[in-house]
Amino acid sequence: MSEIHFWEMASKSWLNFLIFLCGLAVGFVLCSQLFSILLGEQDDTQPKILHNDPHDGHSDDNGEYHLKGQMDFNADASQHKDENTDIADNLYEKVKILCWVMTGPQNLEKKAKHVKATWAKRCNKVLFMSSEEDKAFPAVGLETREGRDQLYWKTIKAFQYVHDHYLEDADWFMKADDDTYVILDNLRWLLSKHSPEEPIYFGRRFKPYVKQGYMSGGAGYVLSKEALKRFVDAFKTEKCTHSSSIEDLALGRCMETINVEAGDSRDTIGKETFHPFVPEHHLIKGFLPKTFWYWNYNYYPPVEGPGCCSDLAVSFHYVDPTTMYELEYLVYHLRPYGYLYRYQPALPENIRKEISQAYKNEDPK
Amino acid sequence: MPLSSPEKMHFKSHSGKMLSESSSFLKGMMLGSIFCALITMLGHIKIGNGNKMYHHEHHHLQAPNKEDILKISEKERMELSKSFRVYCIILVKPKDVSLWAAVKETWTKHCDKAEFFSSEKVKVFESINMETDDMWLMMRKAYKYAFDKYRDHYNWFFLARPSTFAIIENLKYFLLRKDPSQPFYLGHAIKSGDLDYVNVEGGIVLSIESMKRLNKLLSFPEKCSEQGGMIWKISEDKQLAVCLKNAGVRAENAEDSQGKDIFNTKSVGLFIKEAMANKPNQVVEGCCSDMAVTFNGLTPNQMHVMMYGVYRLRAFGHIFTDALVFLPPNVSDND
Repeated sequence: MSEIHFWEMASKSWLNFLIFLCGLAVGFVLCSQLFSILLGEQDDTQPKILHNDPHDGHSDDNGEYHLKGQMDFNADASQHKDENTDIADNLYEKVKILCWVMTGPQNLEKKAKHVKATWAKRCNKVLFMSSEEDKAFPAVGLETREGRDQLYWKTIKAFQYVHDHYLEDADWFMKADDDTYVILDNLRWLLSKHSPEEPIYFGRRFKPYVKQGYMSGGAGYVLSKEALKRFVDAFKTEKCTHSSSIEDLALGRCMETINVEAGDSRDTIGKETFHPFVPEHHLIKGFLPKTFWYWNYNYYPPVEGPGCCSDLAVSFHYVDPTTMYELEYLVYHLRPYGYLYRYQPALPENIRKEISQAYKNEDPK
Repeated sequence: MPLSSPEKMHFKSHSGKMLSESSSFLKGMMLGSIFCALITMLGHIKIGNGNKMYHHEHHHLQAPNKEDILKISEKERMELSKSFRVYCIILVKPKDVSLWAAVKETWTKHCDKAEFFSSEKVKVFESINMETDDMWLMMRKAYKYAFDKYRDHYNWFFLARPSTFAIIENLKYFLLRKDPSQPFYLGHAIKSGDLDYVNVEGGIVLSIESMKRLNKLLSFPEKCSEQGGMIWKISEDKQLAVCLKNAGVRAENAEDSQGKDIFNTKSVGLFIKEAMANKPNQVVEGCCSDMAVTFNGLTPNQMHVMMYGVYRLRAFGHIFTDALVFLPPNVSDND
């Protein structure tokens, strides 16, 4: 009897012990869950740190690491607390620019996407022109084929589309490629000195073949409202036709025919603003060989080295996706704090008057 | 029908057994939770600042933000701008000659004084000959030379390799409110085992006080050895950290007010490529600080592009009010 009792007791305490262990495990797990919830919340309020922070090396193992609490636009805006954009905002309202970007179905994801993610958002209105419609992107379908020989067709149809649907929505109409980077703020500064009623267009001026010169296609060009009206009209009246597939040259010839002036887009100290290549190609002496076609095409005396390019450059061409973002960072983010820039151009007269008027009205004194 | 007494007893013992079982369970749970809580607490104490995901001991120095700046008066700002005197040490070797040329023509013009310390005499450029190929010995000699000659003229000493591009204005802005008579040792800080050190590829900043302490120790081989590692070579930036540690100077990581590194060991292009792969919807926002001081791994051409991109190219109509004012250097056409 006592033996049985003994075994009973032994098994009971063994059982008790097991139950105790279960309790231990359950308690531990519950508690750690609780802590991870509490700390998990804390983690979300972490300062936003780059995944390629050296301390974070261990998280990079599988290469699919996605940062928690990634930098959102609000967090970035706080870096720009010292920034006053009144003048830029004022020009945005006064100089309305519609941009259309020449692209194609195969390039929407490869190239146009990066344009959309960077400079395109600064246009008053932006349209992506393709041979086929893409509702999701969105891209306008021009119903042409694709290819270099279609460029002028696409250009004619694109301007036609813009004229028919958006003529009153903008003052100026900019054409760019999906590998062109455009600095809209600087374009507005350039155009603010002119009226959209002038028959004029601006870009990187080339001299051959057309007496008044013509604008490089890749560097982008911008038509005044009057110029756009005349251009579209010219095809209706057949003053201009699809004479060749060389888009920029053919357009330049048409412009001359319809008396739209090829403007001088250089800045106030004579430096070029529209560029047919990336900064490196222009800034490095000797990068473009002297036998290169470029040296004979430039309407104004071409310059290589630091004199090539205005501080207030408007465009660069042959910009690959990585360079799009790099330029965006260099223009709109990285800056030398406290540095007094050498080139300090004046505001256009009319804008200056308006802004001082606005301040007068605000000032209670 | 009421329970018979043996049944009652059975029931009682059964319920008693249940009671003892549940109490064991409860005891187990309590002990488990206490255990877990203890471990979590210990873990956090070890990490120190519970907000970071990793263990390290070095501090993170941050740039002044707008609120701090507004407390400084206009007159003080002008005086302050002039009070930062940065001496730049660039360690070069003959094979670096094209980077050397680029660096000479670009960012070093913005140092209050910049000198090139080379392993041997090079025909094309002026330099101070360190007469050694060993990077650590070069570094030691350069620091000694700079301290002996310039201790009374400069209060901050910035050392870099020619593959680094630096924006000295952003460095000075970062140093606002940092007292150079304190032992500062700043840059892109990394933890290697027990040692916190500043990676030479991101550039190394020393205050005059740190220079003093370092130079005192240079003549003590036990405190600051010329050999470093016994079995294999230790990189010069780690050796520097060891010496400075023995002099009571700790490495600190420099960050902007958002917590982003401002000294970088990679180029902008590399950051962008990584961001495009890992965070394609926020490439630029996630890239780098607005007030970055250094980038590394640039080609000579990229140095010239950075010069244009930093000191010239900008968007019209975006105006900034900064605490300090820096004039462009004399006799320069690319900034």
